[in-house]
Amino acid sequence: MTDKPSRSRLQALYEWLDERLGLTTINKLVLDRKVPKVNWWYTLGSATLFLFILQGITGIFLTVYYVPTPDHAYDSVNYIMQGVRFGWLVRGIHHWGASFMVLFVFLHMLRVFYMGSYKYPRELTWIIGVMLFLLTLGMGFTGYLLPWNQRAYWATTVGTQIAGTPPVIGPWITRILRGGEDISALTLSRFFSMHIWMIPGLMLLLVTVHLYLVIRLGISNPPGKDE
Amino acid sequence: MSSRNPHDLSRRDFFKIVGSFVSGIMGVMLGIPLISYFISPALDEQGGEKWIPAGPLENYPLGKPTLFTFTLTKQHGWEKTSQSYGVYIIRHSDTEVTVFSNVCTHLACRVRWKDELGEFVCPCHDAHFAETGEVISGPAPRPLDKYEYKIEDGILYIHLVEG
Repeated sequence: MTDKPSRSRLQALYEWLDERLGLTTINKLVLDRKVPKVNWWYTLGSATLFLFILQGITGIFLTVYYVPTPDHAYDSVNYIMQGVRFGWLVRGIHHWGASFMVLFVFLHMLRVFYMGSYKYPRELTWIIGVMLFLLTLGMGFTGYLLPWNQRAYWATTVGTQIAGTPPVIGPWITRILRGGEDISALTLSRFFSMHIWMIPGLMLLLVTVHLYLVIRLGISNPPGKDE
Repeated sequence: MSSRNPHDLSRRDFFKIVGSFVSGIMGVMLGIPLISYFISPALDEQGGEKWIPAGPLENYPLGKPTLFTFTLTKQHGWEKTSQSYGVYIIRHSDTEVTVFSNVCTHLACRVRWKDELGEFVCPCHDAHFAETGEVISGPAPRPLDKYEYKIEDGILYIHLVEG
């Protein structure tokens, strides 16, 4: 034992923490779950979770330089791309990660649908998943305005106009989304707020419930011939 | 099962090793750029040096500290901001002046010349400096900073060095 004292000390530390935190139990429940024989399509949920975390990290770092006002938004994004070391990378990951996230959420949903995994007892997991899908689209919609360039401006003009198509409440929805009649500084700052606080906060909550349900109920078997 | 050599890597251990290796690489690939991204402005070329013209020497009365202020425009990120500077100029003769920075050596408030006391006084923590820049009383750790200067064709120039 004397030739490896550091390992036993590490072990002792782990045991000390384990006794108080129950790490082994958590590990057993979360990672050592019984899983049916499944295929690669069943990894899409984890891939989505990975992208969600990646978007969170790169998004937090983007706020170091980004300023959500009409005076500064465009210039600050420009500065991230030209003036900050690895700014192009951080924004690039966030940009492409956003597209990939929509794609992966959708593919994950298709897998669940085709494999019938949404059936009893996993209906709630499915419903929360649908909410998460819609919120992901909301992230895409609100994030698109933030660079405050021509494309962002007109895409939001069109998007908020589309949101106004329902009868009676339509114009009201457009006004709420824009923070007034027109796209303005108010639109930019409320989209920013929704993009970095409201929607991600809600998503974090729902992802937690979603994962809890996945762990509690386990993964469904792929449907067999005689089912 | 029984034919398996106990020293062989199990499927589970193989994935543990590959998994930690791959996540380690991804962590480094993301972590290093993120740190560099965050500290980026601090790594940029700072300051530089400049000769600031302070006008004809005769503008400054002999023996009396006179405030000279100027502003410089600087680029911070995407924004140009102007920063104001103040120096106290004391003319001793036609070739000799003293140029004091008005930045207090304690915590960088701006000192003011008080004629009635014949001292520089800092309004923040009541540091007093003599006309020679020496600390008279108060918390200042060292005398007022001096700027280099030169006089060309009767015009005074102040050497501003930053960073």
